[in-house]
Amino acid sequence: MTIAAKFEIEYLQYLDAEGKEVRKDLPAFAKDLDHMVELYKLMLSTRVFDAKSIALQRTGKLGTYASCLGHEAAHVGIGSAMKPEDVLAVSYREYGAQLYRGVQPREVYMYWGGDERGNDYQQEPARHDFAWSVPIGTQCLHAAGSALAFKTRGEKRVAVCTIGDGGSSKGDFYGAINIAGAQNLPLVAVIVNNQWAISVPRKIQTGAPTLAQKGLAAGLFCIQVDGNDIIAVRKAMEDALERARNGEGGSVIEAVTYRLGDHTTADDARRYRGEQEVKDGWAKEPMKRLRNWLVAKKVWDDAKEEAWKAECDEWMDNEVNAYLETKTQPVTAMFDHIFAEVPADLAKQRDYVLSLENQLESKKGH
Amino acid sequence: MAQITLIEAVTQALAYEMAHDDSVMVLGEDVGLNGGVFRATQGLQEKFGELRVLDTPLDETTIAGVTVGLAVQGMKPVAEAQFEGFIYPMMEQIACHAARMRNRTRGRLTVPAVFRAPWGGGIRAPEHHSEANEHLFTNIPGLRVVMPSSPARAYGLLLAAIRDPDPVMFFEPKRIYRQYKEEVPDDGEALPLDVCFVLRDGTDVTLVSWGAQVKEALEAADALADQGISAEVIDVATLTPLDFDTIAESVQKTGRCVIVHEAPKTAGFGAEIAARLAEECIYDLLAPVERVTGFDTHIPLFRLEMKYLPSVQRVVDAAKRTLAAS
Repeated sequence: MTIAAKFEIEYLQYLDAEGKEVRKDLPAFAKDLDHMVELYKLMLSTRVFDAKSIALQRTGKLGTYASCLGHEAAHVGIGSAMKPEDVLAVSYREYGAQLYRGVQPREVYMYWGGDERGNDYQQEPARHDFAWSVPIGTQCLHAAGSALAFKTRGEKRVAVCTIGDGGSSKGDFYGAINIAGAQNLPLVAVIVNNQWAISVPRKIQTGAPTLAQKGLAAGLFCIQVDGNDIIAVRKAMEDALERARNGEGGSVIEAVTYRLGDHTTADDARRYRGEQEVKDGWAKEPMKRLRNWLVAKKVWDDAKEEAWKAECDEWMDNEVNAYLETKTQPVTAMFDHIFAEVPADLAKQRDYVLSLENQLESKKGH
Repeated sequence: MAQITLIEAVTQALAYEMAHDDSVMVLGEDVGLNGGVFRATQGLQEKFGELRVLDTPLDETTIAGVTVGLAVQGMKPVAEAQFEGFIYPMMEQIACHAARMRNRTRGRLTVPAVFRAPWGGGIRAPEHHSEANEHLFTNIPGLRVVMPSSPARAYGLLLAAIRDPDPVMFFEPKRIYRQYKEEVPDDGEALPLDVCFVLRDGTDVTLVSWGAQVKEALEAADALADQGISAEVIDVATLTPLDFDTIAESVQKTGRCVIVHEAPKTAGFGAEIAARLAEECIYDLLAPVERVTGFDTHIPLFRLEMKYLPSVQRVVDAAKRTLAAS
């Protein structure tokens, strides 16, 4: 028999569910315990932020919200490995990565609270990142296009896109990794495989044993990592980013995790999955193992945990207040960003809407 | 000065802008060495290299999505859909992202891109190579929909489209790609977007058209002139945002209007112009507005396609009906 080509997919894990090291060759960043504490703190603040968001939604102060519960290691691992000049194109629940890059919780609240200004990220480097992309998978091509722009201009920057297990079924995802392979683009595509696409389980998406191997068809480097182990995610990201930055090609990383919450606040996952599965998911969740590991290294303890949680609570309360105090945009705002300048024909509609608004105001006056 | 065809004017505009702005690039299927299946990008890869004149994988979704990414990063991509009938896989990226990015981000991210497509029927092509579907885009906020009807307007409008800070759909009437030549100075002078062009002054009836049908409208005006009827001819050129004022001014003068387009009649862009005339010019009208259009059928394969496309005779007949009505 002649073999035309042969492939294998590496699985990478450093910490098991209890926080025990399963291999001893820890990457350099993981030996910097201060840095690991910083990563843990951001994971924890992401979780506090997420709980606050759901509370806001449940009390009618937010529209539909997509939770990131259980994805903290994957998301912070992605965001923390990137350089400021890189570009991130997310779908809509990668808050851990985005907070790291300067997106403010108030901006997340504004977006899910019905205000486009939430997408106008004020702080760098998030300011040059893409906004949330709701049509599944479409953002992958924006990252590929960004990577093509970097290559064309000779810039040493990398475009990163994140996508779910369901999203990896979309042609946009394949199109992105395909052109990245064909043109040797600096693209890193991360499949955050949380096992569920709303109610559809991972096994319905593909007969392939891993999602990482989809990158093989595009000629990219592929790896599957424990997405609940931030050391594994971060290491795979660092390697992929370095290869991409050096012109050695793009990568597909599958981060295997579990969606501990509902798809969004409009979803009820009890309709389609059993309690035991969720319990198993909690047993492997990402916070506990990193906390155990940091505690064993004597750089973290209960007192620090409580103190940081209190700081996060205060941070989120400030963000919530800033969000709640933000006045609704003037009604004309819906016309102001359709084109660089409002065309004459559209200005007529804007003026009409404004006149309706003025009538309402004058009625209120009486 | 050289006389050039409409397709040569497209090439000339692309070459001019690429030579003067390093951020302009062209991408699509067969746009490189082959110069495009209609040769719109002929010679460009030799001049500007494989990265700025990029042959993409054969996937329209990829072309459109990558174009959005390029544009957000400050490039000015000119993407080609090989035929208008193959543009459907691009529509999600165009409608959901190209057209919305500025609005979504309150102006933080923008998409200064052009999506070119050879448009329309009349070249005896196979199925899916003769579509006129501009109306699918005119209903999408945030897009400019532009269609040239002559070599000079192809050059000037394409330059304007590339320089525009927002996404532009640039539909090229392939039936008149090589129909005639005219002098088009390669001076980098753009024509204005968002305005209709009055190609011929008249007093009795206004013929409104765009793209390849402008030719039929002009020929109908000649035929009507022979019969003592003075027709004004307007090339809409930029369908959205619409310069309705130019159409209204003309109809206020003539009192009659015939709208000519190739796409199916129902909910075609002619319906929008007719509705606007009803809303804003009804008291100026001396006769019902006429629409001479393709039919609400798929454009037939080529043995019958000329029966589908608006003919000069149908335009003349419609104009005469408006005169008979008053």
